[in-house]
Amino acid sequence: MPLIAKDAHHRIALTLNGESVEGYAEPRMLLVDFLRHELGATGTHVGCEHGVCGACTIRVDGRAARACLMLAVQADGKALETVEGLAARDGTLSPLQQAFHENFALQCGFCTPGLLMSLGEVLERNPNPSEREIRIAIGGNICRCTGYQEIVDAALAAAAVLRGEASKNQSQDHDDN
Amino acid sequence: MKPAAFDYLRPADLDEALAALHEHGTDAKVMAGGQSLMPMLNMRLLAPGLIVDISDLGSLANIKASNGHIEVGAATTQAALGEWPDLAEKAPLLAKALPNIGHFQTRNRGTVCGSLAHSDPSSELPLCLATLGGEVVLQSRGAARTVVAGDFQTAMLTTDCAPQEMVVAARFPVAVAGAGYAFAEIARRHGDFAIVALAAMVDGDTIRLGVGGVADTPQVRTWQGLSGDALDDALNAFAWEMGGSDDVHATARYRREIVRRIGRKVIAEATDAADR
Repeated sequence: MPLIAKDAHHRIALTLNGESVEGYAEPRMLLVDFLRHELGATGTHVGCEHGVCGACTIRVDGRAARACLMLAVQADGKALETVEGLAARDGTLSPLQQAFHENFALQCGFCTPGLLMSLGEVLERNPNPSEREIRIAIGGNICRCTGYQEIVDAALAAAAVLRGEASKNQSQDHDDN
Repeated sequence: MKPAAFDYLRPADLDEALAALHEHGTDAKVMAGGQSLMPMLNMRLLAPGLIVDISDLGSLANIKASNGHIEVGAATTQAALGEWPDLAEKAPLLAKALPNIGHFQTRNRGTVCGSLAHSDPSSELPLCLATLGGEVVLQSRGAARTVVAGDFQTAMLTTDCAPQEMVVAARFPVAVAGAGYAFAEIARRHGDFAIVALAAMVDGDTIRLGVGGVADTPQVRTWQGLSGDALDDALNAFAWEMGGSDDVHATARYRREIVRRIGRKVIAEATDAADR
């Protein structure tokens, strides 16, 4: 790639949730702003813009990363996954999303896309995480509503579902409580 | 919270990166993982005219064990080093320290050499490099030199790296056979900046302790044959000599107490891990 001048708009082609997309960005444009404003993928949220809150976490070539700490030009040619790609086309939630729903793991929902994308990599790498491992993993995602307990519960429940040992009665359990 | 405008270069190889640094000097900034540089750009603490992005330079993304060192290239992420199969055997201190660096999401992009080049006083990798007595390889157009850890970090966020130079590799000494290593840090939450971080190596009756987060740069002491009250006295003297100050995270007094107590704890852990 030749030098891109500061006021030049560079064409960026990448894969977003399995689909080829393209847009234009000048060098200083953050990846999260490119996703939201150029590609219209507003599921990824902008929080602190310095890598602390985790709201903008997406996956870049499979690895969770802060979209506020990457430039759009750095995503050229990469495969990105965002919260929009988690549910099936018919709207069926992924096991992790379903577990968030059943365990009341969100209130305002601002942090949720980042938590889902972070936990997606965690559960892929470690199918049987401990509560402590989940808590360490989500240390990089700030939630101001839930107090985290429900998020930890949801992650453990989703891990069980993904291992194929889950009760389908998760929501029933909550009704009984 | 958006960066000021800059030109952007993704060099095809190291030579092109070094040529750009030669031409632009202080106006250029090397970006590897960007996990420290991007926040500074977003907050406009820095506004370089040119970003030289080496994150995709495959020739710099390598880990080699040779000549008693583990050499880590400038584009190697902290995650890649953490996943290196030989890490626990060849560099147990790094294996223990790496999970404390930021969060897994930032380790996925953040690089080992980038952390050294940034040289935050509380960061783990400069502390490990200093405690182990490692070195940094600096390269400019047509010249290369190595600098030992103690000379590389000169002050807070300041290193011996000249504007035309870049850190191309870091060399961590391979673990000494029979020696024990331990790492601990105190932070408000896992992944936060350390209030104090401590790294210990015990080899026979030699104790080496490194402390980050108190002084402007990592501080290291080596003691021979100390134990009991004499070790407590040495830790107390070390805690006072570093001259830490109060800040929003902790008082200087609290930091001294961590050095005394957790210092004792990591030395005990390293002693237990050593073959005696």
